[in-house]
Amino acid sequence: MRDVAIIGIGETKIGELWNQSLRELGIHAGLGAIRDAGVTGEEIEKMYIGNMSAGRLINQEHIAPMIADYAGLDDVPAVRIESGGASGGMALAQGYMAVASGIHDVVVVGGAEKMTDVGDEEAKKILSSTADWEWESTFGATFDSLYAMMARYHMRKHGTTKEQLGMVSVKNHSNGALNPNAQFQRAFPLKVVLGAPPVAEPLGMFDCAPLSDGAAACVLVSEDIAESYNGEPVRILGLGMGGDHMAVHDRRDIDAMKATRHAARNAYDMAGLEPKDIDFAEVHDNYTISEIMAIEDLGFFSKGDGGPATERGDTSLNSKISINTSGGLKAKGQPVGAVGINQAVEAVIQLREDAGDRQVEDPLYGLTHNVGGTGASAVVHILERWS
Amino acid sequence: MNIPRLWREIRQRYQGIGVECEPCGRVYFPPREVCPHCRRGSIGNLNEYELGGKGKVVTYTQVHEPMEDYKMMVPYIMVIVEMDEDVRMTGQLVDVEYEDVEPGMEVEVTIRRLGEESPSGIIYYGYKFRPTR
Repeated sequence: MRDVAIIGIGETKIGELWNQSLRELGIHAGLGAIRDAGVTGEEIEKMYIGNMSAGRLINQEHIAPMIADYAGLDDVPAVRIESGGASGGMALAQGYMAVASGIHDVVVVGGAEKMTDVGDEEAKKILSSTADWEWESTFGATFDSLYAMMARYHMRKHGTTKEQLGMVSVKNHSNGALNPNAQFQRAFPLKVVLGAPPVAEPLGMFDCAPLSDGAAACVLVSEDIAESYNGEPVRILGLGMGGDHMAVHDRRDIDAMKATRHAARNAYDMAGLEPKDIDFAEVHDNYTISEIMAIEDLGFFSKGDGGPATERGDTSLNSKISINTSGGLKAKGQPVGAVGINQAVEAVIQLREDAGDRQVEDPLYGLTHNVGGTGASAVVHILERWS
Repeated sequence: MNIPRLWREIRQRYQGIGVECEPCGRVYFPPREVCPHCRRGSIGNLNEYELGGKGKVVTYTQVHEPMEDYKMMVPYIMVIVEMDEDVRMTGQLVDVEYEDVEPGMEVEVTIRRLGEESPSGIIYYGYKFRPTR
C-alpha cells in the first residue's frame, strides 16, 4: 500500500440553489477541484461520487456518468457511492483505496445532492428512509425524532442540557459566519437558538441542520507524484469505517454511536495517532446532539463530557480542539451525500492555512467524521499537513 | 406503502410475531433470518415467537414536524419501548399527555390506524403503545 494525497479541492456554495441542477453542481465542484490540482482530463482514471438519493430527489439514477459526461469526461469510468449521509465520506474512502492499492494513480472523488427540487416534507421523508423505513419511519418516526430520542437518553444519563445543545448551534453558526461557502453566514445568540420552535422535543429548529443543495470534489493522487501538480498536497494518513444496527431500537447504548467509535479506532490506529494529537475536526453535526456524541465517541472528551466541554468553550475555534470550523452541517449546510467531501475540503483548506478568519493556528492533523442514517454507518479520515 | 408490502407484514403489525433464537434464547422483532450473536449457529434455529405486548419506555419525544402522512396527528409522541422479552420497538404512544411520559413508564401494544394510501385508498393499521391499563 502507498500513501495518498489530496492535491485539489472544489466546492459550490451550499444552500437552496434553485437555479442550479444536480449535474451543474457536480460539474462546478469537480472542475474547481481539477483546476486547483492542475490535472488534465486525460490523467483522470476514475470518479467516485457520493449521493444519497438522486433517484427520489430528482428522478435520476446513474448520476456519476452523467456528471462525468457533462464535465467533458465521458471516457472516465464513474461510480456512485451510497451510504446515506456518509455517502461522501465513503466515496473518499473508495478513492483512497483505489489509489493506495496501486490500481489507479489519479482519481476524482466527489459528492453532490439536490434536496430542494422536492418540497420540504418530501425531502424529510426521503432523508428518513436512511433510517429503517419499515420498522421506524412507517410507525411515525421522523429522522428528527430518532435523534431527539437519542438526545433525551443522553440528557437523562449524563445531565446534558438543552442549553448545551444550543451552544453547539451557536458555535457552528459563529464559525459559519466566517465561511463564504456556508448556507447561513450569520451568528445567533443562545437566546434566539433556545427560543426557536420545537421540531421533535427536546430538539428545536436550531438543533437541526438544513436540507441543502451543494457539491464538493477532491483530486487524489499517489504520494510519489503529488508534488508534480499545482495544488498544495495534503496527506490522507488514516481511514476507518464502522457499522451498527440499522434501527436505533436495536442498539443498547444510544448515548453513543458504535459505528463512530469503530471508525475512529481504525483511523487512529492506521495513522499512529491519538485523539489528543488532532488539531481540528469536522464532525457530523446533522443535529446538535450528534456533535456532542461525536466529540465523545471520537475520543476528544469522555462520555458525558461533550455537553460541558461545549459549554466550557473547549470546542470553539482555536480552543482545546476546534470543532466544525466550516460551520458544520448546521451552518455550512447539509447537501446530504456531499457532506463527507465538504468536510475533506474544509480540512484541506485548514491544513493549507487558507481559511482566513476561521483559520486554526498552525494545524498539523485534521479529522473528518461522516455518519450515515442514525449511525448504522460511519467513516473517519485523518489528514496531515504535507510538510 | 403498497399492498403486497402491507400484506407481507400483517403478522408483525397486527400480532407481534417475532422469532426466538433456540441456541441463545434471544427474541427478535421483527423476525431475523440470522441471530447477530449466534450467527451460523442460529440458521434454521429461529422459531416463531409471539410477543406479550407489554414493556417499558426507554426514551421518547414529541414530534411537531411530521412526515406528510402524519400531519393530522401533530403533535404526537414517539417512544422506543423495551418489551418484557428484552427486545425493543419504535412506535407512537397514545392515550397520554406528553407531560406525563417518562422513561420506565409501563406501556402495552394497541392496534390502531396508522395511515392510508390516499383519501380514497386503503387504510392501514398497526401497533401503537398506550399506558398499561
